Amino acid sequence: MAHAAAAHHTSLGLDSRKMAFWAFIGSECLLFASLISTYLIYKGRSLVGPYPHDILNIPFTSISTFDLLMSSLMMVLALAAVQRGDLKWAKVWLFLTALLGIFFLAGQVYEFTSFVHEGLTLQRNLFGASFFVLTGTHGAHVTVGVIWILTLWSRALRGKLGKANALTVEICGLYWHFVDVVWIVIFTVVYLIQ
Amino acid sequence: MSGTKGLTSWLTTTDHKRIGLLYFWTAFVFFLIGGLEALIIRAQLARPGNTVVSAETFNQLFTMHGTTMIFLALMPLSAAFFNYIVPLQIGARDVAFPRLNAFSYWAFVLGGLFLNASWLLPNHPVPDAGWFGYANLTSREFSPGPNIDFWLLGLQILGVASLAAGFNFIVTILNLRAPGMKMMRLPVFSWMTLVTSFLIITAFPVVTVALVLLMFDRFFGTHFYLASAGGDPVLWQHLFWIFGHPEVYILILPAMGIISEVLPTFARKPLFGYTVVVYSGVLIGFMGWGVWSHHMFSVGLGPIADSVFSGTTMLIAVPTGVKIFNWLATLWGGQIRATSALHFAVGFIALFTIGGLSGVMHASPPADLQQTDTYFVVAHIHYVLFGGTVFGLFAGMYYWWPKMTGRLLGERLGKLHFWLMFVGMNLAFFPMHFIGLLGMPRRIYTYAPELGVAKLNLVSTVGAFLIGVSILVFLFNAWRTRKRGKVAGNDPWGGATLEWTIPSPPPPHNFDVIPTVASRLPRWSMTQLKAIPEGAELEKPHAPAGSWWPLVAACGLPVLALAPLTHTLWVAFLGAAILITGIYRWAFEPFEV
Amino acid sequence: MPPHRRRRWLTLLPLVLAGCGGPFPQSALHPESDYARSLDALFHGIFWWAVLVFVLVESLLLFILLRYRQRAGAATPKPTHGHTVLEIAWTLAPALILVFIAVPTMRTIFATQQPPAFDALKIEVIGHQWWWEYRYPAAGIVTANELHVPVGRPVALEISTADVIHSFWAPGLGGKRDLIPGHVNHITFTAESIGTFTGQCAEFCGESHANMRLRVAVESDSAFRAWLAGQGGLGRPAATGSVEEKGRDAFRRYGCIACHTVTGVSAGIIGPNLTHVGSRTTIAAGVLPNTAEGLARWIGDPPGVKPGAKMPKLPVAPADLSALVAYLQSLK
Repeated sequence: MAHAAAAHHTSLGLDSRKMAFWAFIGSECLLFASLISTYLIYKGRSLVGPYPHDILNIPFTSISTFDLLMSSLMMVLALAAVQRGDLKWAKVWLFLTALLGIFFLAGQVYEFTSFVHEGLTLQRNLFGASFFVLTGTHGAHVTVGVIWILTLWSRALRGKLGKANALTVEICGLYWHFVDVVWIVIFTVVYLIQ
Repeated sequence: MSGTKGLTSWLTTTDHKRIGLLYFWTAFVFFLIGGLEALIIRAQLARPGNTVVSAETFNQLFTMHGTTMIFLALMPLSAAFFNYIVPLQIGARDVAFPRLNAFSYWAFVLGGLFLNASWLLPNHPVPDAGWFGYANLTSREFSPGPNIDFWLLGLQILGVASLAAGFNFIVTILNLRAPGMKMMRLPVFSWMTLVTSFLIITAFPVVTVALVLLMFDRFFGTHFYLASAGGDPVLWQHLFWIFGHPEVYILILPAMGIISEVLPTFARKPLFGYTVVVYSGVLIGFMGWGVWSHHMFSVGLGPIADSVFSGTTMLIAVPTGVKIFNWLATLWGGQIRATSALHFAVGFIALFTIGGLSGVMHASPPADLQQTDTYFVVAHIHYVLFGGTVFGLFAGMYYWWPKMTGRLLGERLGKLHFWLMFVGMNLAFFPMHFIGLLGMPRRIYTYAPELGVAKLNLVSTVGAFLIGVSILVFLFNAWRTRKRGKVAGNDPWGGATLEWTIPSPPPPHNFDVIPTVASRLPRWSMTQLKAIPEGAELEKPHAPAGSWWPLVAACGLPVLALAPLTHTLWVAFLGAAILITGIYRWAFEPFEV
Repeated sequence: MPPHRRRRWLTLLPLVLAGCGGPFPQSALHPESDYARSLDALFHGIFWWAVLVFVLVESLLLFILLRYRQRAGAATPKPTHGHTVLEIAWTLAPALILVFIAVPTMRTIFATQQPPAFDALKIEVIGHQWWWEYRYPAAGIVTANELHVPVGRPVALEISTADVIHSFWAPGLGGKRDLIPGHVNHITFTAESIGTFTGQCAEFCGESHANMRLRVAVESDSAFRAWLAGQGGLGRPAATGSVEEKGRDAFRRYGCIACHTVTGVSAGIIGPNLTHVGSRTTIAAGVLPNTAEGLARWIGDPPGVKPGAKMPKLPVAPADLSALVAYLQSLK
């Protein structure tokens, strides 16, 4: 990874890569805000079912939400391990983060396929369209995150994730927490408030 | 690998100055293409019932003229200056992320080529639903061919390019300033670049969603914009204009920044009310988010929505107008040197004022109902975008040409260019105010002779061709200057800001010593520029390294876009593979800034 | 020519040119309804404020350019960084002008978006690519492209679309309003003088957007009633053995009945209602005159007249063509 930006003095004292990433997260907030707004605008406007109350399974999704929250905890622990140079635990926590992420994705796949079996498709109604595009975009973000974490994990396996690389892990963690927060919002707006 | 000569050095460059030049030439070519499209449009409209082009071709021409000028010409021309000038103005060696910078450029080129490739296919399936592509005309039902697919896919590629550049410049300006370069000492052009970059990173995600939803409607059978399933075409309009209005500020703020540099230099007085000019720019950035539905006054949103957006639109005229007065006050009491750059900056003030006034007329919904979607609004947009942005950009070209090339553009030809363009622009666009009020809507390939607007249309066409001639004068000037232009030293104009302290063109590392700045006008207060201490060790300047990976990664984008266009899934995997490979190799290559 | 004189010519030139010529049948500057007049009044108010600001700013600019030209040997100008009183003044003055614009604006917004009077004449306008369908529900009339309204009586247009977004705009009678799928919009006006007002679609709606024109005939109350009565009932029957009868048969044979309604003959709803097409002054949504030549040109090659037209180009034998034309002209 490029070390150059970190090595130089910066005007605000913040590493450039971290600053860029916060700007990116700000941008992503608008992406998800647009998708969530579309969902909310079209809430209750589907002409045919299945409707949210017919099909959304709150208990199941609560578990996958909890799973994602726990994965954020794993990420925090992974970063702490890298920051103190503890390669062994870094590997463990990174792996668990990715694993929980994969469980979340598996849960999404299961949920989506069961919805499709029950008749909710992209084409079926506005609920299907806006739901799948919103949660699908989120799922794509989770997938990118999992790949990123596994990449860091594989570098750790080769002993290339030391204290000096803490920033890259921190940035990955920022992304992962952001994706988690977006999910909390989606869970609340789509599942809990019907 | 980087070297300084040869094609490879240009393909792998990460030097902001080279990337700036690449943006400039590429954008200028697209500007010429967009201009040619305009000339054909004007030729067709010179007489009623004309048959220069068919209806369908005309519809493609106005769509591409707008799309090209906004996304492929004006934004990248501004980006050319962001790239070349901002690091110099803030006292930096390069931008924060040089490879990301290269990636932005390549994505821009490839997106522009993708969009325009439609001209080359049999039956030229060029986008033809206007630059703001209203649903549901853009649905598969009413636009069955690939025209709209080229449009929505091309724009998404361009969006990625703009976003990447936005992130880069935010971090560069906030984080890479020379010691002592406090925010309130930043040159106004760099400030406006910062505001523009924030607008880009917040507005483009919205249009991305709008385009993605359209893509799903067209390819995957969803009904986001279709009333038959309970959807609403007006959703497109909201999403598009929530992007679209900030977009026009993205287009004008850089030009405002340029003239805020040019006027003080040639009046030999500092900018009047620097703080207010900066804050008004920031305020416009924020307030620009609250006006979008003034593009929708004929939609029937209801009196309350109409009133609110009318109010916010009128409000935004205040910080905009204040800038005009600040610029006038800058010139007042000065010693005005009538260089070509100054001509264009003054032209900006004169013409943007007119555009702003017609904008205030549009801000009143009832009045607007006679103006919107007619040639009146075409007049407005061209006064602000041509009289404003294009004149501002030319001011920047004449101003910074010596810095970028080491030679000055000819002044006599420059003034000829100005006058031809100024007269041409007024001939082309002033009549349009009348043409619109006399009942001619926009986007029509022909009009009835009974309307009585034929003569005015002819005048407008003459003006358009005069603009074309003026551009030829500029091109001739630029070409001649390569070998015969007066050689510029560090500071041909007596500028106040840091870019004038280094050679023209600057060496690869920009500054031998990063200056410590103690004033807003470091060149004009030379005594305040701290001298290099005795015996200080000059930082070893190193040429920026190059890299192939930004180009490779960028190539993944049009390949990805080809997948829906050709309805083949494996192409998507190929595109993703190229993109991911490019990103991975980029992430792991050793790279020193 | 000095810069300031050149600039004045540029402003005068189009005004002069606009003066040469006319009448301007689609002008927004000659309002002939209450609705149009309120918009026009608002526009004029704003216009004069704009002229004031224009003259102030541009003459100030000109003055500055001439007065502060660089003079040889002049000292470096005194730097001025700000002037609080001046800056407050030039912030407040535009804001005040905007208030003078905003207040009448808000008033006019609400005044022109009131629900129509209960006795307003209700007309449904339905947009199609690229023609206008008009329904008068109270009278049970369906017609196309040429709207008739009585002078001096409130008219309430309810506008919607059958396909894409269009916009109804008859400038002399008022501002435009969009026709949006899934929405019903409203235009309410009372026409104030008798005459014909032209307009056209003002939202890009596809290939022949330019060819989607409209006419509004404002008539005296009696003329309007007569017209309305004449629009009802069956299409005029053709005399046996006449060329009109041959035309009616051709109308069936060529499949026109699939898309068009002639009451008593056919019930197609894809194209305009032709029951009384002979009473219109233009055809093809205002693009051709309603004469034998116009009809023949249209029927002979619709996409040639209106690119993209859904009405196909059929190989119509010349004898059939003149019979069809005669038949349609007879449908008064």
